[in-house]
Amino acid sequence: MSTRLSNTGRLVNRSAVKNFTFNGKKMQGYEGDTLASALLANDQMLVGRSFKYHRPRGIVASGGEEPNALVNMGEGARFEPNQRTTTTELFDGLTCTSQNHWPSLEFDVGVANNYVARFLPAGFYYKTFMAPRAAWKHVFEPIIRQSAGLGKAPKEMDVDRYEHFYAFEDVVVVGGGIAGLQAAKAAADSGAQVMLMEQTTDWGGRAPVDGAVIDGKPADQWIDETVAALEAMENVTLRTRMMGAGVYDHGYITGYERVADHTPGDGRPRHRLWRIRAKQIVTATGAIERPLSFAGNDIPGVMLASAVRDYVVNYGVSIGEKTVVVTNNDDGYRTAIALVEAGLQVPMVVDARSEVEGELPNKARDLGIRVEAGKAIGKVKGGKRVTGVGICLQNGEGGALEEVKCDAVAMAGGWSPVVHLWSHCGGKLIWDETQAHFRPDANRAPTGANGEAFVLTAGIANGDMGTTEALASGDAAGKAAAKAAGHKASRKAAPKADVVAENAMAPVWIMPQNAGPDLRMKMWLDYQNDVKVSDVQLAAREGYESVEHTKRYTTLGMATDQGKLSNINGLAILADSLNAEIPQVGTTTFRPPYTPISMASIAGEARGEIFQPLRKTPMHDWIENNGAHFEPVGHWRRPYAYLQDGETVEEAVKREVKNTRRKLGLLDASTLGKIIVKGPDAGKFMDMMYTNMMSTLKVGKCRYGLMCNENGFLSDDGVVARMDEDTWLCHTTSGGADRIHGWMEEWLQTEWWDWDVYVANVTEQYAQVAVVGPNARKVLEKLGGMDVTKGSLPFMEWAEGQIGGFDTRVFRISFSGELSYEIAVPASQGRAFWDALMEAGEEFGVQPYGTECLHIMRAEKGFIMIGDETDGTIIPQDLGLNWAISKKKEDFLGKRAQERTFMTNPDRWKLVGLETLDGSVLPDGAYAIKEGDNDNGQRNMEGRVTSTYHSPTLGRGIAMGIIHNGPDRMGEVIEFGKVDGTMVKAKIVDQVFFDKNGEKQDV
Amino acid sequence: MRRYSAFAIAREAARYHQGWERAWAAPEPKKKYDVIIVGAGGHGLATAFYLGKNFGITNVAIIEKGWLGGGNTGRNTTIIRSNYLQDPSAAIYEKARSLYETMSQDLNYNVMFSPRGVMMLAQTESEIRGYQRTAHANAYQGVSTEFISPQRVKELCPIMNIDGPRYPVLGALWQPRGGTARHDAVAWGYARACSDMGMDIIQKCEVTGVRSEGGKVVGVDTSKGAIDCNKLAVVVAGHSSDLAQMAGFRLPMESVALQALVSEPIKPCMDVVVMANTVHGYMSQSDKGEMVIGGGTDAFNNYTQRGSFHHIEETVRALVETFPMVSRLKMLRQWGGIVDVTGDRSPIITKTPVQNMFINAGWGTGGFKAIPGSGWAMAELVAKGEPGPLSAEFGMNRFIEGRFIDESVAAGVAH
Amino acid sequence: MLILECPYCGVAAEETELAAGGEAHLTRFGPGSSDDDFETYMFMRENPKGVNFERWRHANGCGKWFHAARCTMTLEVFGTYSAQTYEPPADLIKAIKKKRPDWPGYGAHK
Repeated sequence: MSTRLSNTGRLVNRSAVKNFTFNGKKMQGYEGDTLASALLANDQMLVGRSFKYHRPRGIVASGGEEPNALVNMGEGARFEPNQRTTTTELFDGLTCTSQNHWPSLEFDVGVANNYVARFLPAGFYYKTFMAPRAAWKHVFEPIIRQSAGLGKAPKEMDVDRYEHFYAFEDVVVVGGGIAGLQAAKAAADSGAQVMLMEQTTDWGGRAPVDGAVIDGKPADQWIDETVAALEAMENVTLRTRMMGAGVYDHGYITGYERVADHTPGDGRPRHRLWRIRAKQIVTATGAIERPLSFAGNDIPGVMLASAVRDYVVNYGVSIGEKTVVVTNNDDGYRTAIALVEAGLQVPMVVDARSEVEGELPNKARDLGIRVEAGKAIGKVKGGKRVTGVGICLQNGEGGALEEVKCDAVAMAGGWSPVVHLWSHCGGKLIWDETQAHFRPDANRAPTGANGEAFVLTAGIANGDMGTTEALASGDAAGKAAAKAAGHKASRKAAPKADVVAENAMAPVWIMPQNAGPDLRMKMWLDYQNDVKVSDVQLAAREGYESVEHTKRYTTLGMATDQGKLSNINGLAILADSLNAEIPQVGTTTFRPPYTPISMASIAGEARGEIFQPLRKTPMHDWIENNGAHFEPVGHWRRPYAYLQDGETVEEAVKREVKNTRRKLGLLDASTLGKIIVKGPDAGKFMDMMYTNMMSTLKVGKCRYGLMCNENGFLSDDGVVARMDEDTWLCHTTSGGADRIHGWMEEWLQTEWWDWDVYVANVTEQYAQVAVVGPNARKVLEKLGGMDVTKGSLPFMEWAEGQIGGFDTRVFRISFSGELSYEIAVPASQGRAFWDALMEAGEEFGVQPYGTECLHIMRAEKGFIMIGDETDGTIIPQDLGLNWAISKKKEDFLGKRAQERTFMTNPDRWKLVGLETLDGSVLPDGAYAIKEGDNDNGQRNMEGRVTSTYHSPTLGRGIAMGIIHNGPDRMGEVIEFGKVDGTMVKAKIVDQVFFDKNGEKQDV
Repeated sequence: MRRYSAFAIAREAARYHQGWERAWAAPEPKKKYDVIIVGAGGHGLATAFYLGKNFGITNVAIIEKGWLGGGNTGRNTTIIRSNYLQDPSAAIYEKARSLYETMSQDLNYNVMFSPRGVMMLAQTESEIRGYQRTAHANAYQGVSTEFISPQRVKELCPIMNIDGPRYPVLGALWQPRGGTARHDAVAWGYARACSDMGMDIIQKCEVTGVRSEGGKVVGVDTSKGAIDCNKLAVVVAGHSSDLAQMAGFRLPMESVALQALVSEPIKPCMDVVVMANTVHGYMSQSDKGEMVIGGGTDAFNNYTQRGSFHHIEETVRALVETFPMVSRLKMLRQWGGIVDVTGDRSPIITKTPVQNMFINAGWGTGGFKAIPGSGWAMAELVAKGEPGPLSAEFGMNRFIEGRFIDESVAAGVAH
Repeated sequence: MLILECPYCGVAAEETELAAGGEAHLTRFGPGSSDDDFETYMFMRENPKGVNFERWRHANGCGKWFHAARCTMTLEVFGTYSAQTYEPPADLIKAIKKKRPDWPGYGAHK
């Protein structure tokens, strides 16, 4: 059994007891525990079930590489699946449950898969479940999906908050072990602005666990002193609980800080995502121990040797009473020694190497530990917990020499540097024969904006295995990074550590060497995804030879640990199967993040109401408080209609149309774009921007204009007013202001930069109100001020002056066909002006109207709407707007494109009005259907509806559409197809349905 | 080829799976082929498959710079749909979708086509109109779609937040027979079938030059030497401009990075594919349980297969807004692919200025769903030397003529 | 995540401040131009693997357009320069050639 020891545990505070529950069972741990160490202290080795075979799974690691020990954590709005127990700090009140089993962790019916595992090798699902055809979706897939997945889906809305931080640093050091600390110190001593981040709660990494001695002091003391020195420096930022998540181009690095995971609900943001720009990055990210591949290496109780050591030394937790250590290197002996020194039994160290000498093995022998050289574990006995191991010869086939009783196995397969951050942005790796691992190739580092390397690596992450070497490489990396960031490297020397001589490790990829297929089917590579040695060999046999093919075919390395434990072992097996060298096989691509990070931290603060910035006109609050039914328009929210008591939206729209046509309506038109074009060459520029001739527009006059893109397609429209000799004011659509302003700037800056023209987007400087209806003039005259009579201010002219004491600019333009004044006032006066109009208008029947009423009134008049009649493929000629295309101009944007054959083709669909024979409203977006099919068997079409409404004014449906040869087919009845396949008959008519001669607007 | 089946698995299980044969051969190139296809991605392999199946042309080599299926085929979000607006698009994507329906049986390789339904959310008035228009067009293009209400959206996808506050769901375009498939399996299934027909799939072989005589293609130079051919089909997605340059012409195309990401796996909670264009994100759940999430492209030319992080932020923000439960999931992995985008964002399937050289490119962000239809059309073009009805509209002359196939129009613009 | 120095305001601009504007130094062809010229202007792109001359706008900054020379394979930035020019500055071309001896040179594929 695993249990808490009384005499060790450098990280736990035994005076602070923390209560928690696992699967409803009450348990206790200490402050400083991880959830994993606390579970182990309560003898909870079995913590989950594997993905495919639902085999029992125990804790196998002590850090971010843990593949097994994931739990559902928390409840309700703080529920979260797949929390890794090895990196979860224990806190009082923590609740968690194990995952991926039914009905319980101990008795999981899914384990049936395990008993037929022989029939479920890698990729079995590609070879079966194909008949009958419908069965995949309805039978097999649901079963597979239910069996797969891990934790449960969260259900409630997250109540925690998350935030983003920014930082700009000379040097970012990732990893707070001794190499990282020394790198930070050296860079800081050189004068660089430094940030050092460590993913766990504690500085120093593995050195204290391994008993390192630095500058003659115990590692803990050196670490404390170094951290204190760094804390005292103003140019250093230190963060624990912060993981370097991803390295991106040009020195961008994300830091994932788990601020309050261990103090839920304390009001602080739960996670903080740092977006950091670093001139240089030092990855001192350590290394991960590899498992060894022997039959039954996935049984709970089999653990990485370094993790066994961590639990004893850091947390005072023993994994078992009797632990067999199996190793291919000297480092494994550190675990054996630590266990014995903690008073635990190590019945045997099984060492695959044929000769075992050296400082650490000999020390083990001196402690009375039995060391067996050239041996291997042939088989692990036990189901939900190890009960013993069978020992065999490493170079044999697995014949048992003896059986050793034990309740834990510590496996030491050598160390793989954590090269993830190095690799994210293109850093390449080199295969190190001696250590049998990939390490960063300093000659092929990731390069930044200047083409120079911007990532350095230090410590064991660089393959520097000894303490002294790690400190030296940290020191060198820190100095080099500071220098590359423009500082002068410090001349202080690197600290020195006591040297422990280690003999060479032996690459051992399977145990025993000549194991047959039956054993290889029980050697796990990827514990979570149930990928075994036999699966990789099968992939190779079937031709999935690329490492990427093997990964995808077997799912090796695709689990939540992303292959941190399994990848090197897996590709060694693959290389062996292909008779290739490991470096020739290569690795799969390392992608961010290093370990999974919360989606919420990526989203940051922008959620709910502040998901996107909301643009508000000066009248927005009034609109919101007066029954507005909103629709999103760009980043604005505009009133679709104003609902009065008990009204439906449709009823409100109808009322607004009628009221505006009969009495008086107000529209908040502030969102309309307003762009000033000014300068000696402004006329010339306006003639290029618009299809119309704008340079000849008289001062004081307005003209409706069209803008096309260089493809000739209509992109925007609006009324242009000439302000003075060299100034034009361009109105754009609401969604178009920023785009059109950018478009003008682009041409002025990049094509006609020698033209003397300036443009300014003044959309938000003005509020604009459309005062519309037969009573429009009356309300303005009541407010008093400038002369707004037809004689003084005729249709399509504008004037400046005061109305009701407000400074105004009044445009006599109409998008409704009614008598209409569009009045701009300074934005700060917008709300007051609106209020004044509402008050003065009361006696004239004033009512506000929304965008739908606006649309209906313009459709009744046959005016086009950008986005309805246009869709990015429509040229002005399609809409009968030839009158707005100047024939006198040599050039305007889009003119050349409109000369192309498809644009001048007489067969283009053209704009007309449409009236259903039965008065109904044509379905929006319906197509006019013709006889016959095209070559692809699709029905032939001859046009489509672009706008369709019920006209309250006329009491029937009206529509516009573009129809093949439409203008030449007036009076013809054609058919529009509904989605249900039935047809609606409609007559082609003039597009102007109301007040054809335009008398109402020109009074 | 020994057939795959439950019985075959049982047979092999008895001998520890030692008897499985290679899914595809690994030949050295011959001196000459009738047709060389450059690019062993989904589109290239499908082209080869239909050359063999529909036209009996099997003296074919498929040459691949890296490993088969290793480009965008193996790094997309596996969405299959055909609810396109314009006739030519609807035709080729629906052809593809219908071929996906029977692909597992046709290839004897389970590609796990899962017609779970695809919905595209309408979150603005202009999107409503755009999707209603698409639904009308689809009804007469032989594509089964419908415009559904917010309530129906919620029934089909209970984890969705349809109430906003910022962008409430106003409806959706729903294609019930759209869905997903296992992307790698599509490439592997085609590869196995092509190999079985006697075609040579040559991996780790980079084309370094296109050889032509008298304006007519005669072969390619490769890292494994020169190989002759009568016809050459270039199907290399993001690298099309490069190959075109080797043959001496330019393409109306730019290569940009497109990114995607997955969450950690969770138990099934979503049985449809959801695309939300206003907020820029789409999501489905894989059979493994991961939430598969895609977003937009970078706007600058890029061949690195790495995108910019702020796009990931935008996409995740959109997903958290649309699916609040995403907030407490974790991002497991993010990656990028290189997509080539044309002037109207629709593909090019066409003859080239070099005789007997054909190109299929420009699928942009939508290539996976098109694979079988694209292969079908490309095979016809290569075999006959002239485009058939499926590819007739996808020529390059459309840019000179101004005859765009622009699908972005359905999204509408704000007014 | 690119950083480009805006040659106008001197800011080392984050990618989020910038808007990409496609291939640089295109010649505009207007009315009367040939189909080929117009197609080249509007659609045909070099799209090189390697040195690319491109347009950017410091959109969320000073608002100015500028040019950049950048490698599409490594994202190395060789330099940024004025938008008011018809071709890259000679010293920039020289500097790129020095760094990339195999580069065929500006306009080699035009």
